Order: sequence, then structure tokens, then C-alpha cells
Amino acid sequence: MQSGLLQRRQSIIPGFGLTFGVTMFMLSVVVLIPLSAIFVRAATMPVSEFTAVALSPRALAAYRLSFGAAALAAMINGVFGLLTAWVLVRYEFPGRRIISALVDLPFALPTAVAGIALTALYAPNGWLGAVLVPLGLKIAFTPTGIVVALIFVGLPFVVRTVEPVLADLGKEVEEAAASLGASRWQAFTRVILPAIAPALITGCALAFARALGEYGSVIFIAGNLPMKSEIAPLLIVVQLEQYNIAGATAIAVVMLVASFILLLLINSLQGWQRRRMAS
Amino acid sequence: MNAVTEPRWLRWILIALALAFLALNLGLPLAVVFVEAFKKGSATYFAAIAEPDARAALRLTLLVAAIAVPLNIAVGLAASWAIAKFDFRFKSFLVTLIDLPFSVSPVVAGLIYVLLFGLQGWWGEWLQAHDVQIIFAVPGLVLATVFITFPFVARELIPLMEEQGREEEEAALSLGASGWATFTRVTLPNIRWGLLYGVLLCNARAMGEFGAVSVVSGHIRGKTTTLPLHIEILYNEYNFVAAFAVASLLAGLALVTLVVKSFLEWQHAGQLAGRGH
Repeated sequence: MQSGLLQRRQSIIPGFGLTFGVTMFMLSVVVLIPLSAIFVRAATMPVSEFTAVALSPRALAAYRLSFGAAALAAMINGVFGLLTAWVLVRYEFPGRRIISALVDLPFALPTAVAGIALTALYAPNGWLGAVLVPLGLKIAFTPTGIVVALIFVGLPFVVRTVEPVLADLGKEVEEAAASLGASRWQAFTRVILPAIAPALITGCALAFARALGEYGSVIFIAGNLPMKSEIAPLLIVVQLEQYNIAGATAIAVVMLVASFILLLLINSLQGWQRRRMAS
Repeated sequence: MNAVTEPRWLRWILIALALAFLALNLGLPLAVVFVEAFKKGSATYFAAIAEPDARAALRLTLLVAAIAVPLNIAVGLAASWAIAKFDFRFKSFLVTLIDLPFSVSPVVAGLIYVLLFGLQGWWGEWLQAHDVQIIFAVPGLVLATVFITFPFVARELIPLMEEQGREEEEAALSLGASGWATFTRVTLPNIRWGLLYGVLLCNARAMGEFGAVSVVSGHIRGKTTTLPLHIEILYNEYNFVAAFAVASLLAGLALVTLVVKSFLEWQHAGQLAGRGH
């Protein structure tokens, strides 16, 4: 019955009802019902109670930090992710395959492990901290440390989104540009960059979205001082630890709405990229 | 000089820059885990791993993954079959919904279950009256992990099965094969490498998840702490060597994951989604 309503044309392949049913059941039980709980909870909250936490100076400082650090990390990843993708696609050098595999490390390494590793590196007595701190560059336990952690987490998103587009880019257009007298730099800025721009922006948006919600890799290196180095996801945990469920919900709703807007943006970016690739 | 490449010196500068960035950003964090873990010798290292709480955390991590990963395999197979083999309304919306957990902060993913099953939650009192514990217990850890890893298998299989089309299944069915036989003899062999690829990434995330399980765990040492949570406890106690020793187990898992993943990409590129063309 259900399949008759939904399906556009009859197929001789069986199992639509079963597989669609299992998918919808699990999706509802694990994702949709629990997620809607947070909005129902927020909707039943008095507006004053919601704004008291969600728009408190401490929460505003946390959003500013989370968005700012995620944006900065995404931009840095845009530059170095493009460089990494370029080098991996265009050049041959010894160890290229191993380096290419290593780029996915942040996808595979648990965030807590990344968090303590980066903290150990940048702490005043760490390998890098021992050099940087005497120069006046404090990274661990400051907002800069948060950016460092978010760069780690977001890098593969940019590289893996740009790489296939760069590889598909025909050499013909570059040859045409060169034969028309364009310098290599002009060919890059006028021909290559516009062609890969949708992928690059999509990769940065994906890295930004991931960085916005990131928790595990950040909390060890951040210092976690309210108003200074406390990210929004951590503030949710702090509210929960103080048994302020309403407060945690209010901040979570703000973060969820931000993620949903980003998701829509990324979906339309990917549509733009597909149309670009097709034409 | 070739018109469509850079001069040699510029090539090497770009390669050096990229490698320096990757060494700083990926190589050093990976190396420091193992160096710190073995800082006080291998005896201390093995003692930290063999300690009862660490072993309990390892068992719990394996248990949670052993429930969450098969569940995600079942859903991933069901979702990709429904989406790739049939035409129906709202299909692309369904794909977006399956991907939704990727865009939710892990902390929020944990919080939603606290709102449902926690003491102050919707069903908290009922659960307490019936002596069922979900939050601060294994079921909560499993739920949070399933949420976080929900898209991994499905997002690998959906594009792969869409690329492969329906002709082979339709041929098997018209020759009289049953639906189940078609699935196990025709579809499964076609998607096995893609499935393995998705399971690999799903498992790595399930065993390494921190934020979501941290919110629902309650941090009862030796009882509800998975390996990542145990690392946090050790680290906050300034027991750095033990923290890095336990972390090295997960870093080892990450390395194995990367090796198998790369192997699949090199050997079976044609049978993975989006890498065959």
C-alpha cells in the first residue's frame, strides 16, 4: 500500500516495502524523533527563559568564538587544502601515495587522541611549544589553539572535495590559455581557479560545518575559560553538568539551526558544482 | 618548458610547502602519540594498557561497536536498496535526512538522548519506575554511536548502487531467482568492496567517538567509559603516559583503517562509489 502511494512506476524488483520501512523506522527512532525532542522542549520553554541562556553574554561570546575559529580554520584549510590537492594531483614525487593516504588521518583518528596530541605538541614544554612560547607565540590554552585543532579536523574535507575536480580538469583549456599568450599565473587565476571554485567553496563549507560542532579535539587544547576560550558545544556540556537542561537545550537549538542552514547551503553548493561539472 | 606546467623550481617549492604543512599538521600529532606513550619505557606502556579500567574500556568500546556497526550495515543496505533500485517521491529529501547526523554537533547528538531518556527527560520517570537505564549505561552509548555513524554505510552504498543500475537484478529476477537470492548472489558481490569501505569508516568512527558518548556516559570509571573517554579521565588526572598509551591503541586502529582504506582505493577503485570514472 505504502509503496503504491510513493512509488512512481512499478518495478519487478521486490523488497521496496521492507527496505523503505526498515530505513524509515531506524531513521525515525534514532535520528528524527530524538532531534525533534530538542525543538519540542525549546518550544515549550518560556521565551524569557530561552533568551536568558541562549543570548546571555557568555553564550554570545561562545558563538562568536565557535563561528570565528571555524571560519578562520576553514579559510586556512582553503589555502593549504588547495595546495595539497594541487601537489597530489599535478606532481609526481616519492611517497606521494603514502602522503595521499595520510591526508585522511583526521577522518580515522579519534578526536580525543588528536586533542591530547596537539596539546602535547603546543604546550609550553611540548616539541613545538618549547620553540614558540619563548618567541611570544602562545598556542595551547588560547583561542589560537582552537584554530589549530579545527585546521586538523577540517583539512581532508577541502582536499577530498577539490582533488577529483582538479584531476578532471582537462589540460586543453590550459593549453588554449597558454597558446593565447597567457602566463602560467594568468592561466591559474583566470582558467583553473574559476573552474575549481565551486568545489573549493564546498570543501571549505564542509570543513566549517564540521568545525562548528567539533568538541573532542578542541577541549583539551582550548583552555576553556568562559568568555575567552569556551566554544559553544562545550557550553552545552557545562550547562548539562550544572543540571541546567533548559539552558543546554536553548544553546543546542541555536547551534542546530545554524547547522541546518549550513546543510542547505552546502546542498545548493553541491548542486552548483554538479551543474558546473556537467556543462 | 612545457606550457601547462610550472617551472621545476616552483614545483619543488610547492611540494615542499605542502609537505611541511602536512608534516606539521598531521605527521607530528601522530608521532607525538607514540613517543609520549613510550616515554617511560615499554614496561610502563604495557602496564597502562593491561590495567583493569583500561581493559574494561576496551571491552566496552568493542561491545558498542559490535552492536552499532551491524545495525548500520542493516540500515545502510536497506536504505541503498530502496533508494537505488526504486523510483519514489521525496527520494533526494530522504538522502538528505540520512546524511543529517553528519551536520549535527556530537554534543547535541548526545543531548537529544538525555532529553528523551534522562531523569528529567520525556520518558525518564517511566524508565526509572520500570528500572530501565539508558542514559549513563550501555544502551545510551550505543544509541549515541548509532546516531553519529548513521550515514557512513548508506552514503557509500547509495551512489555505488545507483551507478550500477538495475539491469543485473532485473535479469536474475526474470530468470526466476528469488528476491533474496538476487540480493545475495548478484547485488552483494557487486557492492562488497564498497560495503567494506563504508564499514571500515563506520567502525573507526564508532570506536573513536567522543563528544556524543561523553554526554550520555556519566563517566563511571570501568563501567561506562569507552576508550576515548578513558583517555580523557587519565589525561585530566595528569597521568599523561597512560593517556597516550591508551591513545596509541586508537591511533593504531586509525593507521590500520587508513592502510585498508588505501588498499581498497588502489585495488578496487572501480567498485567504490565515485572513484570508478
